[in-house]
This record gives sequence, C-alpha cells and structure tokens, in this order.
Amino acid sequence: MSEQPQLLYKHRHVPGINTIDVWMAHGGYENFKKALAMEPDAVIEEVKVSGLRGRGGAGFPTHIKWNAVPKNRDVEHYLIINADEGEPGTAKDRDLMNGLPHLLVEGCLISMHAIRASKCYIYIRGEYIEPWKSVQKAINEAYEKGFCGKNVLGSGLDFDIYTHLGAGAYECGEESALMSSLMGERGMPRMKPPAAPLPMISGAWKRPSVVNNVETVSTLLPIIELGGAKYAEIGYGSPRSRGTKLFSISGHVEKPGVYEIVLGTPFSEVLELCGGVRKGHTLKTYIPGGSSMGFAPPTPLDYPFDYEGIPANTKTLGLGSGGLIVFDETTPIVPITQRLVDFYHHESCGKCTPCREGLNWLHKIYGRIVAGAGKESDIDLIWDICDSIRGKSFCALGEGAIWPVMTSLLLFRDEYLAYIRGGKDAMTDLTTIGL
Amino acid sequence: MSKFTEKDKARLDELISRYPTKKAALLPSLWVAQEVYGGWLPLEAMDEVAQHLELPTADVQGVATFYTMYNKEPRGQHAIEICHNVSCMVLGAEQLIQHCERKLGVSATGETTADGVFTLARVECLGACCNAPAVQVGGTYYENVTAEQMDALLEKLK
Ligand SMILES: NC(=O)C1=CN([C@@H]2O[C@H](COP(=O)(O)OP(=O)(O)OC[C@H]3O[C@@H](n4cnc5c(N)ncnc54)[C@H](O)[C@@H]3O)[C@@H](O)[C@H]2O)C=CC1
Ligand SMILES: Cc1cc2nc3c(=O)[nH]c(=O)nc-3n(C[C@H](O)[C@H](O)[C@H](O)COP(=O)(O)O)c2cc1C
Ligand code: SF4
Ligand code: FES
Repeated sequence: MSEQPQLLYKHRHVPGINTIDVWMAHGGYENFKKALAMEPDAVIEEVKVSGLRGRGGAGFPTHIKWNAVPKNRDVEHYLIINADEGEPGTAKDRDLMNGLPHLLVEGCLISMHAIRASKCYIYIRGEYIEPWKSVQKAINEAYEKGFCGKNVLGSGLDFDIYTHLGAGAYECGEESALMSSLMGERGMPRMKPPAAPLPMISGAWKRPSVVNNVETVSTLLPIIELGGAKYAEIGYGSPRSRGTKLFSISGHVEKPGVYEIVLGTPFSEVLELCGGVRKGHTLKTYIPGGSSMGFAPPTPLDYPFDYEGIPANTKTLGLGSGGLIVFDETTPIVPITQRLVDFYHHESCGKCTPCREGLNWLHKIYGRIVAGAGKESDIDLIWDICDSIRGKSFCALGEGAIWPVMTSLLLFRDEYLAYIRGGKDAMTDLTTIGL
Repeated sequence: MSKFTEKDKARLDELISRYPTKKAALLPSLWVAQEVYGGWLPLEAMDEVAQHLELPTADVQGVATFYTMYNKEPRGQHAIEICHNVSCMVLGAEQLIQHCERKLGVSATGETTADGVFTLARVECLGACCNAPAVQVGGTYYENVTAEQMDALLEKLK
C-alpha cells in the first residue's frame, strides 16, 4: 500500500481542535506568521513550485490566478472563498469547516497576504448552518487573538474576514454567479474571458477578486510549512498532480467518509482505503469526482488517481470536486441517471437556451422511460440532445449535466434497451433501491 | 406595519457595514427578515428590507424568488428535508421519504401537515453523502437515518 501522509487532516481528530487555543497548541497560526514575514510574491512563488491546483473542481493552477492580480494596492482586492459545495457526492468542504475551521481561517489569511487582499468573504451555502457557525466562531477567535483586524501583528496590514450565507442555488457555486450572488443579485453567471476581463482584474464590485475553494486555501498551510519544493515531492502520479487532496467517498463502500489521499495513488488502493465495495457485492460503476463527471467503467482500477484522469476518458472522468460515488451491481442505472438529470434540470439558471431547453427535454424523456412509456428511439434522441448542449452552454453547469448522461448511455445501453423493451413490469420500484 | 425592531435594524446596519455597497447586504438581510417574520418572506418583509437597503421592492422580490431557501409561503414549525440525490438514493432515501409521507400524511413536495407542525420536502444533495441517507431539520443535520430514528425524531419534535 502507498503511504498516505495526512497534511490537512493531521489534527482532524484532536479533541477541541476547533478552538483557537488547541489549534495554536498544535502549531496553529505559525504558518500565517511565517507567510506574513515573506513578500507576497514570495508566497505565490512557493505556491507555483508546489504545483497546487484548484480543489474546487476545475483544477486550474492557483499561482496563475494569483499572479494575475495587480501587484499594487491602489484599490481594495478581495479573496472570495467558495464554500457553496453543492455537487452531488461532494462533502469534503463541510467536513473541513466543521472539524478544522481554523485551517480554513489561517489558509484565508495566508492567501489574502499573497494576493494583497484586505477583505475576504467566505460564501457558504445556505444549508450549511453548522459549518457556518463553526467558521464564524473561528473568525471571532482569530479577531480576539489579533490575527484578523487592523494592523495585524504590527504588519501595517488589515485582514478582515466575513462569512456570507447563500440561500439555496447550486449555480451560485460557479465563480461568476457566486460573485453576482455576493453582490446581492440573482445567482446568474457572467461573461468569461476573452469576452470579459478575468475576475482577478475586475471581479466583485469591479475590483480585483480571486475565487478559491475552501480546500485550496487550506492547502496553503502544508505548502508554507514544508516549502513548495518539499510539498511538490508528494504525489505518486503525474508531475502535474502534486500533494494530497480530500475525497468524500460515498455510496456502496464499507467505510464511506472523507479521506485525505496522495494524488496519483492507484485507484484500486483508494477503494481499499475505504474498505472496498460493500461485502458480498461487486463494483458496477463509479463517479470519480462529483456528478459533473461521468460514470466510469469498473476496469481498469490500477491507474493513478489524479488530475490527469482516467486513461480511457480524461475529459469526463477527472477528479472534479473530489466526490467519489461508488455503485455496486444492485444499482439500476436508468433511474439513477434520471435523478441526476432532474437535479440539473432543477438547478439550471435558465440563462442560455441549450442548457435550459435541452435539460427540459431530457427531464421529459427520462420521465417517460422510467414511467414505462419509453421508445427505443429515445436513446438516440437523448444522445442528440446532449450533443446540442456539449460545448454550447454558457457556463459549465450544462456541460457537467451531460457527462453522466452520455457515459451512462455508453456503458449501459443494454440496460436502457431492457428497460424500454421490458415495459412497465421491468421498471425499478424505487423503494427497492438501497435494500 | 413594520416588524423590524430597533435591534433588527441595527443587525441590518452591521451587515451593511461589511460590504462596499448596501445592495450586497441583501441576502443576509433577507435571512434576518425571514427569521423575524416567522420563517417566510411575505411582501411586507421584502418591503422592509428594500426600504432599509434603499432598493426598489421589485429588485428585492426578483432576488428573493431566485433562491429556494427564501420561503414564499408559511411553512410548518419544523421542516423535514430529506436528501434524495444519488448517494442517499442508493442507501434507502426513497424508502425513508415514503415512510415519512405515510406517517405524516403529506407529500414530500413541500406539503405541510394540517396541524401546521411539519413540512416535508425532498431536497438535493446536503453535502452529507458519506453518511447517507441525510436529513436536515431547521439547520441541524441527522445522518445515516433509519425509519426508526426518523419516528423517534418526529415524536421528539411534535
Ligand atoms: N465543488 C463543487 O461543489 C462543484 C464543483 N464543480 C466543478 O467546477 C468545474 C468547473 O468550474 P469552472 O469555474 O467553470 O472552470 P473554469 O476552468 O472556467 O475556471 C476555473 C478557475 O480558473 C480560473 N481561470 C480560467 N482561465 C484562466 C486564465 N486564463 N487565467 C487565469 N485564471 C483562469 C477561473 O477564473 C476559475 O477560478 C467542474 O469541472 C466541476 O468539477 C461543479 C459543480 C459543483
Ligand atoms: C455549476 C457550478 C457549480 C460550482 N460549484 C462550486 C462549489 O460549490 N465550490 C467550488 O469550490 N467550486 C465550484 N465550482 C467551480 C468554480 O466555478 C471555480 O472554478 C472554483 O471555485 C475556483 O476555485 P479553485 O481554483 O480553488 O478550485 C462550480 C462550477 C460550476 C460550473
Ligand atoms: S449552462 Fe445552464 S446554468 Fe449555465 S448559464 Fe446556461 S442555463 Fe444557466
Ligand atoms: S447525496 Fe444525499 S447528502 Fe449528498
């Protein structure tokens, strides 16, 4: 078995680690002090050397984003933390915020220093009342100890951190929609480069803004502690996938949970870590990184699990948001895919036609198939509709919606046919799923 | 008639002070309003927020209706929200939902029991997928929920 050093979760199970005293007794805020003594660009350089890529799903190199922020302080810069975690199967940011709120707060402080931001907004999804309270308490404690506020530790710099509660809209996790929502608007996405400037130049309130995932900024602690070069030595796979990452593993496994795993660990070992597929059952398929990735075939299993993705299909089967969902042979794929279609249909913001109309059609077609009134031609129709969304949606929600559909058709076409040909009698009684 | 007390207004002012614009305090202010107005947002609530933030009421309504967690009508005392997304679905969420529907005699589409105690709703992924099935009641999570535990919880809340 490959070794799994715990960098983020080192103190996850220390009693009271959510309080600042225990956190500081375990070295808490030392990394912030270390970073604060460095020039902002020196911090970004460590991040560059570390190879850190965004943990929110897209895997974009963090240092490129950070270096795009103006190097002066002519106007206020903002760090905006994406804690809108809503991707089905993804539960890592919640676990981190509940258990290690100071990891996030300290990560925010280090990141703010690097991008020369004096304000940070942590945008937390509306359902996450418990994580919100946990993080807000940690922020209050950081203010009391003087790590937040004016002229922090005599540096002459101000660091203010606020929490901001969302109100139930998956689309608000999309970076530009999130900024709209933060500014008090409907959570609709905006134009992206090259049609519009990068948020790092003109983001929230038209000022330089960096949006980063909860886990991305938390990873700044081990990077500062070890140094970028040492951090980059960690990893079993590609030179472009370094360090550790959190995965929430759910579904039909013996020990579901949030695991910190070294990038590039063979996928078969990842499965072993969580106890494997539940006893007496076999692997049917899995979604590697949240529902915006597709269903993966049950073989091969011994490839490096990292950003470079599953050899068979790197575009639709990447790490995504870190939500690994495992399905055993009892899983009826048609109603499961329908569930995801209905999710995206419900969450589509309606701004662009391919996504709004396409998902409406998929919703109807899956509805009739599952009700026992599907036609064989529906299979090609589903594929064509996906094709008309692919590459044409305004934001990545539309794109994410079609991967589970297309991959489920590719892998389980026979099951669709049996479902359709079998008529009503062959339909899955939904109440038997999970028995 | 205004329901906002001076204390509520001070809370709104504190929220406003966090952002570069008053408008940015809209979402948090609507949360305050929803609390003050007993769990939902009647037109007067949106009006009060609009006045305090110096925004047109129509803008406030437009924003409030976009977000599913701002309730447009009164709900029961306790909202039982059961995740029906895939990680929960494959571990028995559907049975749990139907169990609650039978027990409470309402449909899990957001219906409220006749006595106004419970509202039952299916919701999307709650981010508790590793402890499926997951249920949320008024901000508190319950995980790995069985039908028996659900019965006990409903009994306790009644
Ligand atoms: N964690 C969660 O709950 C969810 C995660 N996702 C993930 O989100 C992903 C899609 O995210 P998007 O933001 O649409 O991807 P994206 O590739 O458009 O952007 C990713 C990040 O890189 C930045 N960026 C892109 N091009 C850049 C450039 N040339 N220079 C500097 N910065 C640049 C963007 O500003 C953004 O911060 C999906 O792959 C999915 O896995 C989706 C839904 C929910
Ligand atoms: C529909 C949609 C929802 C998203 N939701 C989230 C989310 O909840 N959390 C997150 O970190 N990123 C989410 N993203 C990705 C963000 O747009 C963005 O890439 C990310 O926050 C950047 O942070 P990172 O570079 O640290 O990963 C979502 C993207 C889309 C298209
Ligand atoms: S792809 Fe869907 S969610 Fe994204 S802008 Fe278009 S309609 Fe809205
Ligand atoms: S799928 Fe139910 S909590 Fe995520």
